[in-house]
Amino acid sequence: MPIAIEAEGLTRRFGATQALDGLNLEVERGTVLGLLGPNGAGKTTAVRILATLLRADAGRARVAGFDITRQPYQVRRRIGLTGQYAAVDENLSGTENLYMIGRLLDLPRPEAQQRAADLLARFDLADAGGRAAKTYSGGMRRRLDLAASLVGRPPVLFLDEPTTGLDPRSRNGLWAVIRELVAEGTTLLLTTQYLEEADQLASRIAVIDHGRVIADGTADQLKARVGGQILEIRPANPNDLDRTGAILAELTGAGCPTNHDTRLAAVPLTDPAWLAVAVRRLDEAGIALADLALRRPSLDEVFLSLTGQPAEPVSEPPSAPEVERSVA
Amino acid sequence: MSAVATTPSAEALLDAPAARIGPRSLVRHTLTITRRNLLQIRNNPQLLVFIAIQPILFVLLFVFVFGGAISGSSRDYVQFVIPGIIVQTVVFGTVMTGIGLSEDLAKGIIDRFRSLPIARSAVLTGRILADSARTAAAVLITTAVGMLLGFRLGGGPVAALAAFALAVGFGTAFAWIAATIGLTVRNPETAQSAGFLWMFPLTFASAAFAPAASMPGWLQPIVEANPITIVTEALRALTTGGPAIGPVLQSIAWIAGLTLVFAPLAIRQYRRLA
Repeated sequence: MPIAIEAEGLTRRFGATQALDGLNLEVERGTVLGLLGPNGAGKTTAVRILATLLRADAGRARVAGFDITRQPYQVRRRIGLTGQYAAVDENLSGTENLYMIGRLLDLPRPEAQQRAADLLARFDLADAGGRAAKTYSGGMRRRLDLAASLVGRPPVLFLDEPTTGLDPRSRNGLWAVIRELVAEGTTLLLTTQYLEEADQLASRIAVIDHGRVIADGTADQLKARVGGQILEIRPANPNDLDRTGAILAELTGAGCPTNHDTRLAAVPLTDPAWLAVAVRRLDEAGIALADLALRRPSLDEVFLSLTGQPAEPVSEPPSAPEVERSVA
Repeated sequence: MSAVATTPSAEALLDAPAARIGPRSLVRHTLTITRRNLLQIRNNPQLLVFIAIQPILFVLLFVFVFGGAISGSSRDYVQFVIPGIIVQTVVFGTVMTGIGLSEDLAKGIIDRFRSLPIARSAVLTGRILADSARTAAAVLITTAVGMLLGFRLGGGPVAALAAFALAVGFGTAFAWIAATIGLTVRNPETAQSAGFLWMFPLTFASAAFAPAASMPGWLQPIVEANPITIVTEALRALTTGGPAIGPVLQSIAWIAGLTLVFAPLAIRQYRRLA
């Protein structure tokens, strides 16, 4: 499989913050890589460098076969970019926004009109095409933004947190469109804070923290490293929480964090048979249960397992996301 | 122009590693951005205020409220003050250049443009061109309102055209200053206050609204050196038929000087975004 996006040792520093610290990536043509990480991990910086908006301090990268530093024009001919903020002109209508992009991509006038109409129809915006984009809902703006990045039929698409801030219905709509694009053969680099989103859309996931990839694999491989599922137990009596944690820790041999605010003990469940054992032992210990749940691991737990540290943004220099934003 | 000629195929570009943007594309991209900025006016009331309502209000305010006090009668004052209001309108209007650019930055629109295979200068020149067109409209509106109140183009049509060109040129030079500010502060609210802050003393410590001779002695040298005064005097000479060569040449020198300093600065700030 040819490689559509490859990055080698990308670094970038903003003042005291090392936003990227030797980032390596490889995305095969026609596949989706989910770049997963907390705020300030360097996701946006990575996308901005690969999309030729930002220079790397060091490292090399090729996108669609062209060097991002020496051949930025050829790279720009072949990429689409949709950022965290819907970058559409609010004072123009949907049609005018897309027509403008078409003209900037050197489409002749009739073709630019046609392309705008086709994309609006595809993104369920045909009725709103004549209205100023400032009258659009958040989901409509994101769709228009995505449509704008597709005017030139780019073979490589960068989506930087495309669904952040969207309601579930709009998010599902956007996911459906993204799946269609991938089915048509577009190579996609998707950044997200949500494991579920990466899970839904990406064939491979790279977990990024402090500017470098700390784990890489399919969603199942990553979850297996966390322990497949998480068992959460809330004892009926809060005073039993520590004993519950101790019993679960003893059973699984892993640490069992307890949270006294939520009164939950949570443990990775690597072996499904442990569930029955856990319930029995708690029963034998005379601990009554208020709640018991099995769920898939969250991003925090992937992080906990991969780094030994929670993925709280507070562990980042507080200015990190700001730095990324101020250059955005 | 066939479709083939304007949309180079991927293969053609692959064969041309040094592919650049040709002059025809550059013009088309610049005009596309210009058109976009002009289309914005329709849906952006703030811009309409700057183009039409503000100059009209200023004309009415100065002519009817201050005119009698400054010139003895509002009728005499019209001929004196319209060139001043034109210059003031042109200068104040350029704040929108800075606000517009910083808004485009804040909303990610500049990112979108920078991710497209277009010359980066097209974004800046397209903005300045659109704002010059807006300035031209504001000049025409101010002149028309003035003429309703008795303002006359006493220097003849050629002098009037020269005055028009001078006013728009001065606005374009100031637009580069505003663009530099907008690209430096990168925040629409700051661009607005940083843009206006220095404009008030600059325009009011000038002979735009009152003759320099009526001001205290220490202020007069400042007022006479102020480019607002110089361009206003040039417009006055051109619209009354007085000797205009001196102030016109000085005005051209100011326009050229400001553009030569601030256009490269604005372009540098734009390139620094990377």
